[in-house]
Amino acid sequence: MVGKNILLIYQSIPFLLRGLVVTIGLVGGALGLGFILGIPMAIGQVYGNKYISGLISIYVWFFRGLPVLVLLFLFYFGLFILFNLNLSEFTSAVLVLGLISAAYQSQIFRGSIKSIGEGQMLAAISLGIKKYDAILSIILPQALRISIPGWSNEYAILLKDSAIAYAIGVMEVLTRAQFVATRTYKPLPIFFISAIIFIILTYGGVKLLALLEKKVRIPGYGEER
Amino acid sequence: MNLEKADHDNGVVLRVEDIHKTYGKNEILKGVSFHIKKGETIVIIGASGSGKSTLLRCINQLTIPEKGRIWLEGEEVTHHMKEISHFRQRIGMVFQDFNLFDHLCAVRNVEIGLIKVKKMDKKQAREIAMEELRRVGLERQANQYPAQLSGGQKQRVSIARALAMNPTVMLFDEPTSALDPELIGEVLEVMRDLAMGGMTMVVVTHEMGFARSVANEIIFIEGGKILDQGTPHKLFTNPEHERTRQFICKIDELYGKTEK
Ligand SMILES: Nc1ncnc2c1ncn2[C@@H]1O[C@H](COP(=O)(O)OP(=O)(O)O)[C@@H](O)[C@H]1O
Ligand SMILES: [Mg+2]
Repeated sequence: MVGKNILLIYQSIPFLLRGLVVTIGLVGGALGLGFILGIPMAIGQVYGNKYISGLISIYVWFFRGLPVLVLLFLFYFGLFILFNLNLSEFTSAVLVLGLISAAYQSQIFRGSIKSIGEGQMLAAISLGIKKYDAILSIILPQALRISIPGWSNEYAILLKDSAIAYAIGVMEVLTRAQFVATRTYKPLPIFFISAIIFIILTYGGVKLLALLEKKVRIPGYGEER
Repeated sequence: MNLEKADHDNGVVLRVEDIHKTYGKNEILKGVSFHIKKGETIVIIGASGSGKSTLLRCINQLTIPEKGRIWLEGEEVTHHMKEISHFRQRIGMVFQDFNLFDHLCAVRNVEIGLIKVKKMDKKQAREIAMEELRRVGLERQANQYPAQLSGGQKQRVSIARALAMNPTVMLFDEPTSALDPELIGEVLEVMRDLAMGGMTMVVVTHEMGFARSVANEIIFIEGGKILDQGTPHKLFTNPEHERTRQFICKIDELYGKTEK
């Protein structure tokens, strides 16, 4: 019995590992999309006029307010079809997870930007630096550094949320595990391996981000106390 | 009245006329006018909340006044808001809290304006930045980050940052108020050297020793207006208003014993 389990685990590992690539693609794609959208959203919320920041608030409210699964179905079975977008399951999942992540990431960046304080912006403007230039070359480099811990958190949450892509049949780790489990009637070892994969991904990513945080730390900053 | 020509002929660098600024329902500045000639230093004093910072910020339009006009070397700033960046380059500003860019080391703080605004190439910008750091006695700290510098050093970097732009006039907003007493002297010394070197400066400060020895004129702001103005000698010995005398007497009490 034990020997058979080990064999089963052994045989299913390559299959699961291909799911790992899909999971990494999902998470990487969604985080990337969330980043690309989240940064301008944060800037718009802090520096934009009331219409821009109001619009962004509504976006954030919507995507943070609904369960991931509801949003996934809403887009995959609803909006994407309504607009005649012929998207694969994978692309759909990346898009939806990315749009959700943008809502969360924008709030991480917004908090960081606001924590910098307006003095540096005033100093930049008083030198004749244009506002957008000051945002890009003075505010953002600092805000991004401050955002790393929050971003790391977002990564861990998104990684776990990515398993929801199972619901629309994306062949990520969990979908594959389920596939093997139903064929072999041996769910425990397979789900156990999946769990280990997720744990490694979570802590590996978090560790990498912690290293990054250390590497880009501003010398002397936060050393006192 | 042809102020442009008149200012040019009389060496007036900065002219501020009838500035009004209201925040919400509070009229902070109720018509402030003054001018400063090339190489002069004007010290502005006044109680906390009397609008000194607001006045300085109106000069380079960090705060937009509702009413009033500003001229820089005969050109009307308030008439050329599209080119405001060109005027700001020529008006150096030093803040109470330094406002250094925390992610840049000292020399990069000083050169960033040259690179971003004057589009200077990096090598030339670095040379000028090092020269300015030398001027404030900090060339050895060039590669240190703001968090690694003392308050006095930070303020000197911020002065160097403003000087690097080669400004026509420098505005100082309580440059020593955030400093520990033992660090005030080094900053005042840099400012004194600047004044001696012919820089035109408007300085909000309560360092009366500095005002007495450096200022050509002291302006006392109260109730949103200039209540009194004149040479240090006049304000210290024979002010127009009793209120001015009271305030000057209280400064030591309010802001601590100051350097003479
Ligand atoms: N951005 C602002 N919004 C609203 N009120 C302000 C703002 N800036 C300054 N004030 C108010 O204007 C008054 C003058 O402020 P300030 O110019 O900083 O005075 P000072 O520099 O003389 O201490 C204060 O009552 C302050 O609360
Ligand atoms: Mg002030």
